[in-house]
Amino acid sequence: MSILHTINKSPFERNSLDSCLRFATAGASVLLIEDGVYAVLKGASAEAQVKGALGNLNVYVLGPDLKARGFSEERVIEGVKVVDYAGFVDLAAESDKVQAWL
Amino acid sequence: MGIEVNGKVYEVDEEGYLSNIQEWEPGVAEVMAKEDNLTLTDEHWDIINFLREYYEEYQIAPAVRVLTKAVGKKLGKDKGNSKYLYGLFPYGPAKQACRYAGLPKPTGCV
Amino acid sequence: MSEVVKKFMYLNRKAPYGTIYAWESLEVVLIGAAFDQEVSLMFMDDGVFQLTKGQDTTGIGMKNFSPTYRTLGDYEVKSIYVDADSLVARGLTQDDLVQVAWEDWESGEEKENIVEVVDAARVKEIMEESDVIFSF
Repeated sequence: MSILHTINKSPFERNSLDSCLRFATAGASVLLIEDGVYAVLKGASAEAQVKGALGNLNVYVLGPDLKARGFSEERVIEGVKVVDYAGFVDLAAESDKVQAWL
Repeated sequence: MGIEVNGKVYEVDEEGYLSNIQEWEPGVAEVMAKEDNLTLTDEHWDIINFLREYYEEYQIAPAVRVLTKAVGKKLGKDKGNSKYLYGLFPYGPAKQACRYAGLPKPTGCV
Repeated sequence: MSEVVKKFMYLNRKAPYGTIYAWESLEVVLIGAAFDQEVSLMFMDDGVFQLTKGQDTTGIGMKNFSPTYRTLGDYEVKSIYVDADSLVARGLTQDDLVQVAWEDWESGEEKENIVEVVDAARVKEIMEESDVIFSF
């Protein structure tokens, strides 16, 4: 059973990232979208948490949401994969279910 | 609603502003002016082109006093005043000229 | 036009696009410019993300309103403050932020950039000095 977790809230404003990482099981995928994309910025206070998650989770970020907010892929923590909308669809299709952390 | 320019129909909102700014062509301004019984001169075009450049840069239609000040700076003090601009666009320089330029109604206008 | 000039501060704490707050605040600032007051903007917490350079929303189908901040100097905004700690927590520096020019049309006085990164002590002072605070 694989779950795709999506997070659409900023880690600096809500605890969606915290809760998701607390309950996601090893091997699951986490996709950051909308304001959730701020979690993957290098040098930000969520960096250690995201790096820790990369140890046993697949972490993705939605490229168009990143670009909309003014950040290029160079600003993204290494190991986090940038996907486009088609990649989002693929992730959802490959997973048994999707859990949204709002 | 729509206006017809050279056989092509452009969608406009209930106040006559172009629905999609990307669709604008000079003919749109010509047809809108004609409906207002106005013939566009180079002086009108200076303002319309200015508005399009302003929108391109800042993504909003300027308020009338911002327009007035900016026109004064760009086209000369003799043009940067309400009298001159209302002379060209009697329905209000921001509202009427923005409409001809294909821009949305300026923020804050009623 | 009122005789007494009040100090208005717009406090912005939300990221753009995810919620409507940022755009609403910007619209109020643009409309409020007609009131002839002394206006400053304060960006803190996720609000600092409103000012990032290079925003490109073509991929998400929303209007990119970040270029509009650059014209605020023409809309009576005299000062734009950014909380330093909020920037640091987000891995940002002033180089990541847009520049906003300001010019007094009467006196010709010009400032190349009114965006100023300030520490917490200064943020407190600015809040104390303001007569009215609008929160977004």
